[in-house]
Amino acid sequence: MALLRVTSPHAHGPASTQKVMQQVLLATVPGVIALIHFFGFGVLVNIAWAALLALAFESLALKLRGRELGFYLKDCSALVTAVLLGVALPPYSPWWLIAVGMASAILLAKHLYGGLGYNPFNPAMVGYVVLLISFPVQMTTWEAPRGVGEVPGLLDALRACFTPASFDGTTAATPLDVLKQNNSLLLENLWAAEPVFGRWAGIGWEWANIAFLAGGLWLLYRRIFTWHAPLAFLAVLALMAALFYDGGSSASGGSPLFHLLSGATMFGAFFIVTDPVTSAVSVRGRLVYGALAGLLVYLIRVWGNYPDAVAFAVLIMNFAAPFIDHYTQPRTYGHRKPAKRREES
Amino acid sequence: MAASDYRELSLNGLWKNNPAIVQLLGLCPLLAVTGSVVNALGLAAATTLVLLCSNTAVSLIRNVVSDAVRLPVFVMIIAAAVTCIELLMQAFTYELYQILGIFLPLITTNCVILGRADAYASKNPLPLAMCDGLMMGLGFGVILVLLGALRELLGTGALFANMDLLFGPGAADWHWVMVQDYQAFLLAILPPGAFIFTGLIIAGKNLIDSEIKRRQDALKARPVKGSKRVRVTGTIS
Repeated sequence: MALLRVTSPHAHGPASTQKVMQQVLLATVPGVIALIHFFGFGVLVNIAWAALLALAFESLALKLRGRELGFYLKDCSALVTAVLLGVALPPYSPWWLIAVGMASAILLAKHLYGGLGYNPFNPAMVGYVVLLISFPVQMTTWEAPRGVGEVPGLLDALRACFTPASFDGTTAATPLDVLKQNNSLLLENLWAAEPVFGRWAGIGWEWANIAFLAGGLWLLYRRIFTWHAPLAFLAVLALMAALFYDGGSSASGGSPLFHLLSGATMFGAFFIVTDPVTSAVSVRGRLVYGALAGLLVYLIRVWGNYPDAVAFAVLIMNFAAPFIDHYTQPRTYGHRKPAKRREES
Repeated sequence: MAASDYRELSLNGLWKNNPAIVQLLGLCPLLAVTGSVVNALGLAAATTLVLLCSNTAVSLIRNVVSDAVRLPVFVMIIAAAVTCIELLMQAFTYELYQILGIFLPLITTNCVILGRADAYASKNPLPLAMCDGLMMGLGFGVILVLLGALRELLGTGALFANMDLLFGPGAADWHWVMVQDYQAFLLAILPPGAFIFTGLIIAGKNLIDSEIKRRQDALKARPVKGSKRVRVTGTIS
């Protein structure tokens, strides 16, 4: 993507790509643990298999492009893509589903565009959307979380992934799904009627979101990214939810807290929207980028065809990122704003 | 009108100046109807026939029509040819005619056809113009069918479904299933798949071209046998 031309002075950052990626990997650990606790080892199998494939596809692409294997593999960016996709996919997905997703992410979305730093779209989200469009049945079948159904063990998880035999788990609609299908019950009654709802949002989902929030806050503390994009994303999502909550009627879009702790909200806010390559670059640009992504998430969740929308929202905003950068170019240091702009403001 | 002219025309139409993947003309039908082999083949045949007819007619009248009115005349010729093909398909392959729908009459607006009429047929004698029309049509058709086959194979795990629409009831059992219980890969059949696979085909062609060029360059760089070279050290093998 076209980089924003920011004038000097430039500060030199000591962080290498490798260090940043390792810290992002580390920050996903609480969220992954929460997901494993509630949905079982399928999450871990997803991630491990995706990571293996990511390294394989990355090596293949680097080999074909005549790049140095060791240097580019060590930057861990393929592993981050694998973890992000592995977390986003439903646990106990079959092996070929993950393979198609990883191939789309690494080969199509990343290396066809020139590798890390040149990809206009977030690779993990491209992989996810390719799968969601191609295999809607598999992609919307989620295991019931612990507390609603039985959670399978590690052996069952491996069997579900690598053998063709379909496995007998209990599946349950995700809370976002249940809310979307609801058109007769008041929210209060819906909460009582459906076992998937927990204290604030869905059982399991709320804690996974809180864990991802914790990981994200740690990244923020480590200054891996700035607060602008995630905060704008969450704030606009919460604002939209508050505007259309309408006191919990049957047509309600769900409470702000429900939206903040449902689906991929926190995961998206801190691990997807903050992607340094595909998001807007300037400070004001990040605010706009995050805010519009949050708006899109709410619009698609409540009035769109799909229950969750982080992937679609992020891809649409990836399109818009260069455009946003163009209009949010920072003032050159030591210069005033151009005369035309000053008249307007 | 040497034989090399025809060779050049064939090479141009099928490869070097392929309308679909080099000139990138007529992309609308290319992307829209290549969901399966039978659709692609139907449209490829129709387009090739129209190209052949229009190039023939344009070449025949090239000395009669003045420059000022040539484009409307060409378009009317093409539209007439398209109407004939459309009526023929309606008569003999009615189901395919219904599947292809609007894309049959839209052949009139396919830029390949008007482009060849104006750029080649209106300036060249009949045999050459016919050869050009045929080869451009085949070049377009080959890519259509290739794209249709790729998308059908990846999308449904089978090939040659519904071929009886084009070749009569005997072709119904041509349907070849690669993988039983294949999980349909919807993206390949949906419009994004058409864009992605067209891009991959173009990339493949460029790869082959650059490989050919590399080999030719290597061939040129090789010293001619028996040439005198300054001997530096050792023996020249």
